[in-house]
Amino acid sequence: MFSYCSAPETLDGLVWLSCYLTTGKHIAFYGAFGTVLVLLAITAPTALAFGFGGAVAARSRIAPLRWLGNGYIAIVRGVPDIAFFLFFVIALDQGFEYLRHQVLCPEWTDPVRQGTDFIVCPDAKLPLSSAPQWIHEGYGFALAILTFAIVFGAFAANVLYGAMRAVPRAQIETAEAYGMTPRQTFRRVVVPQMWIYALPGLGNLWMVLIKATPLLFLLGVEDIVFWARELGAAKTPRFSDYPHGDWRMWYFLALLIFYLAFTRISEIVIARLTTRLSHGQATAAGEALRKAAA
Amino acid sequence: MSCLQTIADYGLRSLGYGERLLPRTDFTLCQQVTLIGSGMIWNVYFGLIALSAGFLFATALAVGKASANPLARKPAEWFIFVFRGSPLFIQFFFGYFVFLSLKQAVPAMEPLAGAALGALVVLFLNTAAYSGEIFYGALRSVPKGDLEAAEAYGMTGWRKFRRITWPTMLRLAWPAYTNEAILLFQSTTLVFFSGFPARQQMGDALYYAQYFADKTFNPFVPYPILALWFIGLTLCIIGTMGAINRRLNRHLPQAPSRPRFLPQMIR
Repeated sequence: MFSYCSAPETLDGLVWLSCYLTTGKHIAFYGAFGTVLVLLAITAPTALAFGFGGAVAARSRIAPLRWLGNGYIAIVRGVPDIAFFLFFVIALDQGFEYLRHQVLCPEWTDPVRQGTDFIVCPDAKLPLSSAPQWIHEGYGFALAILTFAIVFGAFAANVLYGAMRAVPRAQIETAEAYGMTPRQTFRRVVVPQMWIYALPGLGNLWMVLIKATPLLFLLGVEDIVFWARELGAAKTPRFSDYPHGDWRMWYFLALLIFYLAFTRISEIVIARLTTRLSHGQATAAGEALRKAAA
Repeated sequence: MSCLQTIADYGLRSLGYGERLLPRTDFTLCQQVTLIGSGMIWNVYFGLIALSAGFLFATALAVGKASANPLARKPAEWFIFVFRGSPLFIQFFFGYFVFLSLKQAVPAMEPLAGAALGALVVLFLNTAAYSGEIFYGALRSVPKGDLEAAEAYGMTGWRKFRRITWPTMLRLAWPAYTNEAILLFQSTTLVFFSGFPARQQMGDALYYAQYFADKTFNPFVPYPILALWFIGLTLCIIGTMGAINRRLNRHLPQAPSRPRFLPQMIR
C-alpha cells in the first residue's frame, strides 16, 4: 500500500506493521467487517417483517393461519439455532432448485433424489454454472440472510406477539367505542402503541443477533472469522512476504474487542431509544418523564 | 445388519468405542439415530459439568458484583461484561488459540487444547458470566423485610447469607436460570465447529448430523433427528429444574409458578 513497502523483509517495528496491516488480504479482512454490518442492516428489518407476519398470523381469527404462526414460533425456538442455520442453508437451496426444476424442465422424468444425489436439470441450477463468481458469492450471502431472517423472525414474532397483547385493553375498547373496525383498531391503535412494549425484547434480540453474526462462517460466507483464521495462521517466508508465527490468538482477540465495543454501543443506543419512546406513554417510565419535565 | 447390532457398534462411537469407521454408504435411519444420539453424550457432558461448576462461580460473581468494595465489584463487572458482550463462537476460537499457545509454552497444558477440557473451560466461564448476571439481578430483588427479619434474629455475615439471602436469591433466579441451563445445552453444539478438533471423528450430536447431511446431501433426515434428541434433552432439563424449583418454593403457600421456557438462543 505504501511506497516503502516494496521490500518488507528489510523493515521492522512499526513500519513493518504498517505495511503488514495494509496488505491486500488485510483490506479484504476489513471489508469483511462491512459484510457483517450489511448482514445486520438487511437481516434486522427482514427478521422484523417475518416476525410481524408471524405475530399477526399467531393472533389471527382463522384457525389454520393461527396454527401456522404458532407452529413457526414454537418449532424454531425449541431447537439449537445452529442446527437451523446448517439445515436451512441446504434446505432452502434444494427447495429453490426443486421449484425451478418443476417450472423450467417439465419434461424431465428422472427422480430428483437418486440415492445420495440431488439432481435437477442444468437450467434449474442455482446459481447457473455459467454465472460469474460474484453471483455465486451473492447467492450464498442471500441464502444466509434468508436463514438468519427465518430464525430470528420466529423470536421477533414471539416478542411482537407479546407486545400486541400488552397494549392496554382500555385503548382497544376506546377505539371500538369510536366505531373503528378490527382492522382499523389494529392499524391505528395497536401497532403504534405496541413498540414501547416490544422494545426491551427487540433490544435483547438485536444483541443476540449481533452475537450470532460469526455463525456466517458456518454458512460458507467469507466473513471476519474466515479471514481471522486465514490471516492469523503461521506463514513461512516461502509463501508470504510477511512471515510470522501463529497469530490467530491476536486476530480473535481483535474480533472479541470489536464485538464488545459493538454490543456496548448498542446497549447505550437502546437505552436512549427507550427513553425517547417512553414520552407520553401510559407506563411508569413515561410517567417519570412527565414528572421530570413538569 | 439389524438395528440392535448398529446400536452395539455405534452407541458409544462418540467416545471411541465400537466400530471405528463411520458408515459410508446405505445410511439407515437406525444408524443416523444411533450415531447422533451417541454424539449427545458430549453435549450432556459439556452442559452438565459446565453448569454445575459454573453455578458456584456464578454465585461468587453475583456477590462480587453486588459488593460495595470496588476491588471485588470491578473484576466481577468486567468479567460479566466480557463474556456476555461477545459471541460464544468467538470465545471458543479465542480460547482454543490461547490454549494452543499455552501448550507450546508449557507442554503440561496439552489437555487444554483438546475439546474435552478446553471447550469445557470456555463454556464454564461463559455460563458463569450469564448465570452471574441472573443471580446478581435476583440478589438485588431479595425482599428488604427478609434481610431485616434475619438481622432481628441476630444473624449476620455468613450465617445470614447462607440461611436467608442465598436461598431467596436462588428462588427468585430459578426460572431465568432454567432458561440459561437450556441455552447452555443448546450452545454446546458449537464446540466442534469452532476450532476444537474432533479427534478420530469423535464428535457431538451436531457433528454427526452434519456428517450425514454432507454425505447424503439430504438435510431433511439428520437435522429433524437432532431436533428430536434435543427436544428430549430440553424436556429432561425442564423436568429436573422444575423439581428443584418446587423444592426451593416448598415453604410458600401458593403453588409455585412453572418456569417458562423463553429462550434467548445464541450468544
